[in-house]
Amino acid sequence: MEYIFHIIILISIYGILALAQNLVMGEAGLLAISGAAFYGIGAYVAAIFATKLGLSIITTLFIAPIIAGLIALVIGASFARFRDDYFMLATLGFLMIFNTVTKNWEILTNGSYGIPGIPKPQIFGFIFSTPLSFVFLSLFLLIIVTIVSELIKRSSFGRALNAIREDEDALKIFGYQTSRYKLMIFTIGAALSALGGVLFASYITFIDPNLFTVNESILLWAMIVVGGMGQTRGVLLGALLLIIIPEMLRFVGFPTEVVGLMRQCIYGLLLVFFMLYRPKGILGIYKL
Amino acid sequence: MKYILQTKNLVKSFGGVHAIDHLSINIVEGQITGLVGPNGSGKTTLINVLSGFFPHDSGEIIFSGVNRNKILSWENQIYNITRTFQQIRLFEQMTVLDNILVVLTERSPIYSLFERHTQYHLKCAEDILRKIGLHEKLSHRASDLSYGQRKLLEIGRVLAMNAEIILFDEPFAGLFPETVKKIEEIIQNLKQEGKSIVLVEHNMAIIRKLCDHLIVMDAGKLLAEGHPEKVLSEKIVLEAYLGE
Repeated sequence: MEYIFHIIILISIYGILALAQNLVMGEAGLLAISGAAFYGIGAYVAAIFATKLGLSIITTLFIAPIIAGLIALVIGASFARFRDDYFMLATLGFLMIFNTVTKNWEILTNGSYGIPGIPKPQIFGFIFSTPLSFVFLSLFLLIIVTIVSELIKRSSFGRALNAIREDEDALKIFGYQTSRYKLMIFTIGAALSALGGVLFASYITFIDPNLFTVNESILLWAMIVVGGMGQTRGVLLGALLLIIIPEMLRFVGFPTEVVGLMRQCIYGLLLVFFMLYRPKGILGIYKL
Repeated sequence: MKYILQTKNLVKSFGGVHAIDHLSINIVEGQITGLVGPNGSGKTTLINVLSGFFPHDSGEIIFSGVNRNKILSWENQIYNITRTFQQIRLFEQMTVLDNILVVLTERSPIYSLFERHTQYHLKCAEDILRKIGLHEKLSHRASDLSYGQRKLLEIGRVLAMNAEIILFDEPFAGLFPETVKKIEEIIQNLKQEGKSIVLVEHNMAIIRKLCDHLIVMDAGKLLAEGHPEKVLSEKIVLEAYLGE
């Protein structure tokens, strides 16, 4: 049963991350590969504030999105002028800087050794120490992020994001200062990704820089592309499938170390397959 | 006679080619001004410069008496100007209704985050779609429309913008006579509402029928201007534009 709870928690965490990434990539059409960086920022803020300053994880659930959002606001202000491939390269550069900082700023991040002993969330004396209690917490946060995502999608802001994805120059003609929209959704996406990072750090209780590499960003892209870009239920389906499918390999007799390697291959193959044969994804209505 | 839009010695070059070469024109308020010229004469470049798509190199652009040294596309709403495109540019994967609603709703990113379209927005959008004959297609995707319907939807977005100056870049190109008639009616109605219109067009019958004033361009320069009938009978225009 604990294994099933573990899978549900992972699906919830990646559901949050994929929904955040979908706002940036699926709704606004911004090819950001920095998802893993903001996920990592959330995780590191939780780990550092909880282990070094003694703050509770619940408090870091509020602090981490603010810090990630502020960082996104600062770097996004310079990224907003880039488009398409250039934007992707700029965000990849940011992710690489993040990885370098987490590996080398040892006083703060403990470098490659990572940060162990991250506490479980605690509220009014109740500790989310059991897998079942963590299932409820992670599902609760997933529901919050889903509601936020849906509210954004259904607002005039969401419609403008879709128009940016379709033809940014044409939208400007109608009085939209599109760079502000792009900056804002990049910031919101970063803040929501950080929530997933806090949840992940407190669930695993240990983080290191290798957990937040470009592979994680590609996984998030794959979840969106497979499930269906711009569709909340599609993105959640993508998170569900891309967590469950590699796990199923365990039951067909592959050893654990092979499963780990095959997981990346599966993500890559699914991404290529869907881009070629079903660019809208399983439940999607948009394509890049 | 009040000028709503003026250019003075306007220059726009691409490499060594002067697409607009020291062009000085005046657009009179409340009139339909035709803009004609052979292919490559700089008509679309002029529309692109006036709408902030391309920056101009030198010269002045004056909107309602205000000199705009640098035109930014997103400021068009402030200066009450909008345009259509020679090559249709819709928000393809969005519905017909959303293509109109996006022009009707809030522009500020913060306010728009808390705004959902209201019954008022819906009614305005439906009225516009009825005017252009697309009200039964409101839930269709823009990419699923026929060429003529796509042209009409682009004009629908212009109506939604409710701007004072409208730049139409070949709105009749490649259309059936029925659609041409509908767009003619829309443009005439806009004139009756007091809008100032610049119409880039190659069909001289339409120019004669709709325009109060005609500007002829050639090689980025002003070749002739005046009443359409008079201008179109001038020898210099016939030679340059019609090859006669």
